[in-house]
Amino acid sequence: MAQLTYRDAVARGIAQEMRRDERVLLVGEDVAGAGGVFKTTVGLLDEFGPTRVVDTPISEQAILGAAMGAAMTGLRPVAEIMFSDFFAVCWDIVVNQIAKTRYMTGGQVSLPLVIKTGNGGGLRFGAQHSQSIENWAMAIPGLKVVTPSTPEDVVGLMAAAIRDDDPVIFCEHKGLYASKGEVPDGDIIDSLGTAKVRRPGRDATILSLGMMVPRALAAAEALAARGMDVEVIDVRSLVPLDTQTILGSVSRTGRLFTVEENPQLLGWGAEIASLASDECFWDLDGPIQRITTPHIPLPSADSLEDLVMPSEESIATTIEKALQS
Amino acid sequence: MRSPLTDHVYGQHASVLPPQDQTRHDGDDIDLAVRTGLYRSMREMRVFEKRAYDLFMKQLVKGTSHLSLGMEAIAAGFGQAMRRDDYTFATYRGHAHTLARGVPMTPVLAELLGRANGLLGGKGGSMHLTSVEHGMMGSYAIIGAHLTIANGAAWSAQYRGSGQVAVCFFGDGTTNIGAFHEALNYAAVYKLPVVFVCENNMYMEYTSIFDITAVERPAADRASAYGLEPVLIDGNDADEVYLAAGRALDRARAGDGPSLIEAVTYRHGGHSRADPGKYRPSEEVEAWKAYDPLDVYRDRLIRLGVSADELLAIDAEVLAAVDTATQEAIAGDLPAPESAFTDLWADGGWSWRN
Ligand SMILES: Cc1ncc(C[n+]2csc(CCOP(=O)(O)OP(=O)(O)O)c2C)c(N)n1
Ligand SMILES: [Mg+2]
Repeated sequence: MAQLTYRDAVARGIAQEMRRDERVLLVGEDVAGAGGVFKTTVGLLDEFGPTRVVDTPISEQAILGAAMGAAMTGLRPVAEIMFSDFFAVCWDIVVNQIAKTRYMTGGQVSLPLVIKTGNGGGLRFGAQHSQSIENWAMAIPGLKVVTPSTPEDVVGLMAAAIRDDDPVIFCEHKGLYASKGEVPDGDIIDSLGTAKVRRPGRDATILSLGMMVPRALAAAEALAARGMDVEVIDVRSLVPLDTQTILGSVSRTGRLFTVEENPQLLGWGAEIASLASDECFWDLDGPIQRITTPHIPLPSADSLEDLVMPSEESIATTIEKALQS
Repeated sequence: MRSPLTDHVYGQHASVLPPQDQTRHDGDDIDLAVRTGLYRSMREMRVFEKRAYDLFMKQLVKGTSHLSLGMEAIAAGFGQAMRRDDYTFATYRGHAHTLARGVPMTPVLAELLGRANGLLGGKGGSMHLTSVEHGMMGSYAIIGAHLTIANGAAWSAQYRGSGQVAVCFFGDGTTNIGAFHEALNYAAVYKLPVVFVCENNMYMEYTSIFDITAVERPAADRASAYGLEPVLIDGNDADEVYLAAGRALDRARAGDGPSLIEAVTYRHGGHSRADPGKYRPSEEVEAWKAYDPLDVYRDRLIRLGVSADELLAIDAEVLAAVDTATQEAIAGDLPAPESAFTDLWADGGWSWRN
């Protein structure tokens, strides 16, 4: 067991897989010599050398196109898109090329690649460097989408993503990079498509993702002090989705809340709310409620950004009001 | 020649050192009033950004910020050469370009502090400084985008016959994204009145431009692909920038189309506030710090007969202005919570349903 930061866990997960499998390469802007602008790839150049850890020009389309071409010819690349907002400049490669090719070619082409990316807000980076883009990706058939919230999950889900034969968008929450957690020694291999119950509870199910997980947990503690026992689930993987764990919990507690960092429209919680109303409507004791950022871009000023993102207080208050009405 | 990845040694690119002769523009035909204006403008940028850095160290500037300390001659040279109604398009490294258009210091500093009296009310931050009334058409934080947008402003000026020119500043690293190449071809095809200015500070974020670019001169060596003259200038000499700017602006206004200027310069600090810049060889950093655009210019003015007292008076005025802006910015209120919900739509609001 060792204490590891979330950012160090990223490098550890990639290193674990690079040691095991020579086909795994890492490519992206500033990932090699500098160890990543968020320091998530420190040490990889030293250990694996410049043929396997490659610094690129600022050329996102070329980076992801190269990852795809390498994946279709036998390699298993991990490509970095530094900030998830930059997916917008290379979305063609992701959406039209990477996501659709296995299907269109009748399974001839396999694309075992991972696109890792710094995602999310709370760092006062303003509207073009703070977005949560999981829902952009999950709207596209053919992409898997994961967002770990703890260092241990970072290592295990990175390994699972690299070993998966389909393209995976691996969202690292920038606001969690400095956070620490216990990580077991030795190889860790998790599985995509599994949610984790972070805090068991009876009165309601709270789904959360990424940086919203610690906030939901803190809100749950505050609610416990006020006599409400809520279950907090870390969704972790949006595609594939662990509906058994999620809907099983909803059926048990009878109430569902989602805590989403993304703007309201078409957030991941909307999809799960719709599944819950299809599949466990009769188990619900009250309306499903989504707690999201309002449908606005994120402002840069700290006071405004804090105001609009779901916070421990706003989560606790919303849930308390709903449970008591 | 270095190249294949196998024998690539990181951080071992050849340093590019500054020019030796600092007197070669002394005799240029530039009014002394323009020259003292150039000095004042650079001084404002320098003192302003140093103050911004101090305020960041005091945790008053919360978000990220990208300083152009050491790169002031480019912003000042263009600022003095541009017409009042010309358009500026800048990057996240845009404080100096904003000041160059005459935007007052207080709202710029207050924006960095996330205050209600900020240029954007605290909603944009350091990376998105914009002041339409000053022709400052924005600071853009996604690499490459604003070259294409500057083309649109130039197209509009061409269509309206206004004689305005759009000037678009970007870095060396930006020459490797597709949008750079699309924008240049597009501008050349339609002979748009736009000036593209590559501020070549020799690094993208933490990676040397020479390590990841196929040609030696990231912008100038690409000009011929779009039928443009390669223009390579000393970006630390405000006179050289001012004259090159004038030529490119005249060409655009005359209807002869775009220019691509590569101005070689150096940033004194790291890429952003998070970066100490350790990946750069120390001899390179020292050589460029010794070729400081402000020192170069001060020495020139003295040689041209401007008194040291006059320069000291400018320095004192600038310092006083920065002090006032600091006080006004720090005294600014936090943005009203309701302001988070304004201006998504033309009606001033944010709602999407009834
Ligand atoms: C499309 C895109 N990719 C990557 C980035 C991250 N990024 C921000 S600044 C920068 C380096 C830019 O280098 P350069 O163009 O030389 O400008 P400089 O910062 O040196 O002024 C990078 C890679 C970005 N903002 N947008
Ligand atoms: Mg640069």
